[in-house]
Amino acid sequence: MSNLLPTGQPRIEEMQMLGIVKRFPGVLANDHVDFDVKAGEIHALLGENGAGKSTLMRQLYGLYRPDEGKILINGVEHVFRSPQDAINAGIGMIHQHFMLVPSLTVVENVALGLKSSRGPLLDLERVEKRILTLAEQYRLKIDPHAYVWQLAVGEQQRVEILKALYRGAALLILDEPTAVLTPQEVDDLFLTFRQMVTDGHALIFISHKLHEVLDISHRVTVLRDGATVGTRPTAGATKAELAQMMVGRPVILQYDRPAPKLGKSRLKVNDIYVAGDRGSDALRGVSLEVHAGEILGLAGVSGNGQRELAEALAGLRPIRQGSVVLNGRDVTHDSPLAHIDAGQSYIPEERMREGAIKDFSVADNFILEDHGKRPYSRATFFDFKAIAEQTRKAVEAYSVKTPSLDTPLKNLSGGNIQKLILARELSRQPSVLIAAQPTRGVDIGASEYIHQRLLQQRQAGTATLLISEDLDEILALSDRIAVIYEGKIVGVVNANEASVEQLGLMMAGVAETHA
Amino acid sequence: MGDLFTLPVLLGILYSGIRLATPYLYAAIGETFVQNSGIFNLGVEGIMLMGAYVGFFVGMTTGSLWLGLLGAALVGLLMGLLMAVVSVTFKAEQGISGIGLHLFGMGLSSLLFKKTLGGVESISGFQPIKIPLLGDIPLLGDVLFNHNLLVYVAFLLVPIAAFVLYKTTFGLKVRSVGQNPQAADSLGINVAQIRYTTVCIGGTLAGIAGASLSIALINLFQENMTNGMGFIAVALVYFGSWRPGGVLVGALIFSFVNALQLWIQVKGINLPSDLAVMMPYVLTILALAFAVRRARQPAALSKPFERGEN
Ligand SMILES: Nc1ncnc2c1ncn2[C@@H]1O[C@H](COP(=O)(O)OP(=O)(O)O)[C@@H](O)[C@H]1O
Ligand SMILES: [Mg+2]
Repeated sequence: MSNLLPTGQPRIEEMQMLGIVKRFPGVLANDHVDFDVKAGEIHALLGENGAGKSTLMRQLYGLYRPDEGKILINGVEHVFRSPQDAINAGIGMIHQHFMLVPSLTVVENVALGLKSSRGPLLDLERVEKRILTLAEQYRLKIDPHAYVWQLAVGEQQRVEILKALYRGAALLILDEPTAVLTPQEVDDLFLTFRQMVTDGHALIFISHKLHEVLDISHRVTVLRDGATVGTRPTAGATKAELAQMMVGRPVILQYDRPAPKLGKSRLKVNDIYVAGDRGSDALRGVSLEVHAGEILGLAGVSGNGQRELAEALAGLRPIRQGSVVLNGRDVTHDSPLAHIDAGQSYIPEERMREGAIKDFSVADNFILEDHGKRPYSRATFFDFKAIAEQTRKAVEAYSVKTPSLDTPLKNLSGGNIQKLILARELSRQPSVLIAAQPTRGVDIGASEYIHQRLLQQRQAGTATLLISEDLDEILALSDRIAVIYEGKIVGVVNANEASVEQLGLMMAGVAETHA
Repeated sequence: MGDLFTLPVLLGILYSGIRLATPYLYAAIGETFVQNSGIFNLGVEGIMLMGAYVGFFVGMTTGSLWLGLLGAALVGLLMGLLMAVVSVTFKAEQGISGIGLHLFGMGLSSLLFKKTLGGVESISGFQPIKIPLLGDIPLLGDVLFNHNLLVYVAFLLVPIAAFVLYKTTFGLKVRSVGQNPQAADSLGINVAQIRYTTVCIGGTLAGIAGASLSIALINLFQENMTNGMGFIAVALVYFGSWRPGGVLVGALIFSFVNALQLWIQVKGINLPSDLAVMMPYVLTILALAFAVRRARQPAALSKPFERGEN
């Protein structure tokens, strides 16, 4: 067997990280972590948000320097002062947030930072040729002359992989590469990964999705709170076992859902058109209906109009055409306050930007919406006793972990902030709830809790629109599932009849077909 | 009014327009590099004043215009370096530090002027060079091809800048650092080094822009003689959508309107002179309000780069 990869680069037979410690102000992000990967292997790194996965890999890629510990490649110690050093050693990284320049073409993005054969002048033709060769070798279809901003997310990811391969990456770090893809795109991506390991590459696959880890990896290492919990061969590992390693306690992977008790129509969206930030229409004729006692899931790949829909329904974004009827009242052009008063609650996607004020205290954030009403204020003066009492009740009822009610919100973890927002929104007993990405960036424990609460609310008769890019979440909670693609609803299916494949095709814009 | 549209006057406007565009081109092309790399240097005006002063003073005391020009370029480079230290290394708020740099250059050039020159004197600046053959074209020859060296170089700078920005590896790095410094960093590009380089290029060109006034066009130094040109140069970069060609168009429109305005005054045409003086500035505001293609704006403009933010 040859020592060289198809790209002509030497293989990395073994990479070892030993006793890695990395501290940030107030956080021990990596606590004596050991991690290794071999040529021809996919080693998954699994852990909750904030477990320290990205931090560990950023040290392997030279973006951070470890405080302690060392990195060995083929048994030789390496010190990476910058990504350039790591690239030279044969390491490539696909970042969680893509590292592409949207205003440049694919070729320019790949050529960026490379030595040119023509000295100071660019040699884009040569780069293009090699891109096409690599693209063919690894089955990564791409148009080299397209601008990156024109590409779909899946294509952008291919550019990232090509960028790393072009630089001779023998070891590839993939930081949550599937987070933004449809199920079919994930399948394609996995084909490429399998091809790469067959060719002798070493792959590190980061994820917090258990089924993907079980599907693609050979070994899996779990990180929790910065420390290694353990390493297992994937064959023989189970979801329940891995989830418990991640969270530190048994986790419920499936919820009990009694059949829905459908009530009357609470929210009716009729053919609405809404402009996006760039001026063109982000929603082009969306119609939906949510009944009391049901959860309607809205699935779709990020950026297909979900954010605009949530904002339009909350009264935060003008509706150009069409109408929205909330509890029998036309609220198409009403203010956010009018929506609140009509019995609607809203859990925004960006909890730190729209859902809460990070420098305000827990109590102040809790009364953000209703601060002008009883019992929180009387004749314009706050009743601090009532505020404290109500907040304390909510914090207890929703198990928000906070040192005190006066703690600034920014000192709480993402999961606890989200629980507080949930407490605020649900304690108003809404008849309609718009929940946009309610568990994004939230740890599994809190997610599980939030899910249970949403299901309780469903039992209590709330009409819920659950907007989520996490298909697993949609499938676990929804009664019906609508799929949005490029600002239009592709179709609505009953959750118990829906398959992942069908939903994946719909998320890619292929309309539902009744066989 | 008919007076204005005679052939000699039109040729005169063309001639002055081309001369007037010179300082704008140096300063705005320099700032184009700076902003493409993601730094917003509002201190161009102050650098121009220092360049104008140093160019004039060195030129006069040594008797060499070339040394004057070199001095202006050097002082521009140093002020660019200062801006880079403050905005790249110390990550200061760029709009504010630019205003600081402007006030510093304005104050220092006035102080030095009073201490060393005391009064306004004139100098014999760079002389026009008639380009053989082209300069002999009837009518247009004199207007287009009989200028001093700094005017020619200013116009040459436009294609050179476009070539550097779009055809070289350095230019690609500059644009990527201005659009997505995290991405550039992840490919091993030294973001700070690229930004230092562009801000120094911008400073040097702004220094030369100042000298083009004091030793090639007006040939004297006077306190605050740039009179807002540096700020207009910054606006021209927006107007030109961060591209050298666009900047050239903006600089020409602006200086032709300015030349027209001067001729209106010279000809004693019955238009309140204040209104005439306002013309180019009103035009700038209108152009900025309607012509800027924000989509082309470097996404990281005026944002300091910090590794590890995602
Ligand atoms: N640049 C940074 N500065 C300070 N703290 C950071 C930085 N990067 C990460 N952290 C902290 O380190 C911990 C681990 O983060 P990260 O490695 O991104 O987790 P993961 O990728 O597993 O979700 C978190 O608590 C995070 O807040
Ligand atoms: Mg991460």
